Amino acid sequence: MTGKTLSEKIIGEHCGREVKAGEVVIVNVDLSYVQDGTGPLTVRRLREMGLEKAYNPAKTIFFLDHASPSPRMELSNDHELLRDFARKTGIILSDVGNGISHHNSLEKYARPGDIIVGADSHTCTNGALGAFGTGMGSTDVAAAISLGKTWMKVPETFLVEVNGKLPKGVYSKDIILHLIGTISNNGATYKALEFTGDTIDDMSTAARSTIANMSVEAGAKAGLFPPDEETRKFLKTMGREEAFRELKSDEDAEFEKRIEINADELEPLIACPHLVDNVKKISEIGKVKVDEVLIGTSCNGRLEDLHIAASILKGHTINPNVRVIVTPASRLVYMEALRDGTTETLMEAGALVTASGCGACDGVHLGVLGDGEVCLATQPRNFKGRMGNPTSFIYLGNPAVAAATALTGEISDPREVM
Amino acid sequence: MGKAWKFGDSISTDLIAPGRYFHLRSNLPELAKHVLEGARADFAAQVRNGDFVVAGENFGLGSSREHAPTIIKMAGTKAVLAKSFARIFYRNCINIGLPAITCNTDEIDEGDELELDMEKGVVKNKSKGTELEFPPLPPVMNRILQEGGLVAYIKTHKSLEI
Repeated sequence: MTGKTLSEKIIGEHCGREVKAGEVVIVNVDLSYVQDGTGPLTVRRLREMGLEKAYNPAKTIFFLDHASPSPRMELSNDHELLRDFARKTGIILSDVGNGISHHNSLEKYARPGDIIVGADSHTCTNGALGAFGTGMGSTDVAAAISLGKTWMKVPETFLVEVNGKLPKGVYSKDIILHLIGTISNNGATYKALEFTGDTIDDMSTAARSTIANMSVEAGAKAGLFPPDEETRKFLKTMGREEAFRELKSDEDAEFEKRIEINADELEPLIACPHLVDNVKKISEIGKVKVDEVLIGTSCNGRLEDLHIAASILKGHTINPNVRVIVTPASRLVYMEALRDGTTETLMEAGALVTASGCGACDGVHLGVLGDGEVCLATQPRNFKGRMGNPTSFIYLGNPAVAAATALTGEISDPREVM
Repeated sequence: MGKAWKFGDSISTDLIAPGRYFHLRSNLPELAKHVLEGARADFAAQVRNGDFVVAGENFGLGSSREHAPTIIKMAGTKAVLAKSFARIFYRNCINIGLPAITCNTDEIDEGDELELDMEKGVVKNKSKGTELEFPPLPPVMNRILQEGGLVAYIKTHKSLEI
């Protein structure tokens, strides 16, 4: 028998037998969650199923992060529906201001080797800790909440080996943009991505979470990082080192594909409108004036991302033609940024800092674009209409690109200001 | 029988159920008035019961919002035909009882009259006099679809066993 991939090991542990890629199995779910955009439908589905309960309320979470705090009465009513259901069932409520589901999950709930299902496509962010996190719809998550199980196909794995040292101005964002630009927005559909190599070994959990988060933008079901000493360190910082366990693919595991990326050769990359795989080198896009810069959300909203932006903005003033919106990923990140002066640096430069949540990225509030406006964002998506206006244009880049752009008012190469 | 509404590649959930109508997610009849608005402004008003959404690669990429296939179904759409689907969208379609059919949609033109035969696994193109075969759904998904979706399935079986 050949060895097993990380996905085969995790899924096998959750259905009580050895599994191979391609099999359809029923698995036990460790953690289920929804957010305020998908949760109300989950509650209605639970009622339709006649199962108004959680199998394990202590491992079920309702996150109010998409409209946080609510900008409209309809959404306030959705929030009340979720709060009320959580009170009645004992499900954990993460109310407005606590921040983004996936980042709260990394900080407080996810464990290496867990299976996590979330009614949010970026649930794959949990892969940063080596948890098999995957996004599903409201009804699938309703089933997982009430039964403690879900069905899934064991995915084949693409092993992505990243070696070398990231040059100045280049970050994990550029690794995942490079990968998506290379394999396309459905290049990894139904597959698990697994990231290894010495560049990954040297990478923080925050930087890994950017790659894990955007794995779904290549179609992937999960984006996994084998838990290592960095994972232990991160969990220890969060006060839960006991959650750590080592887990990795066997030497002789079968990978459907191996993809090699040389970090030394990467440059800052930009995903141009209106698809995430429309990736170009920053030197190739020409002059692009912007109206808004968005730093943060579920991708690049952790403290080290804010540090990168602050290091470029410190002592400078943002271009008067640009508004710069910073959205920390979680309450914890926001408070750390307050304590260490990062928030002050960003605000002195002219940025505004919103409550942590999904912010402007989901097109609901806190930075909706005007007709024909252009935004450079660190968020994971640039689809037409994404930020609330179908006539606007969204470019994606790393936090240093965002900060450099904030200073000049046009998409700018951070290497010129670092 | 219904007519084909053609769409291109990479139709995202932001085009199907745009974020600017986020506040209508608990009011699906209102949200359905905007279905696919980002891709074709004429679709929601003119689609007829039994029509087909016919698209290229990676239909439904992006968000997990189940509201996207739900309002496609509420608009009267019989099935979505595409060369390929995004994973979460595909699962959501089956869970809500909307057939998602993978086939070579290059063989279908805008306005073609189509008929879906799930048992034989063919899409009949009445306008062209041709038949397009499609592969069967995975058994688990076929059962969920046959029983009308995941809610009905769980109500009947009280479990997920397959």
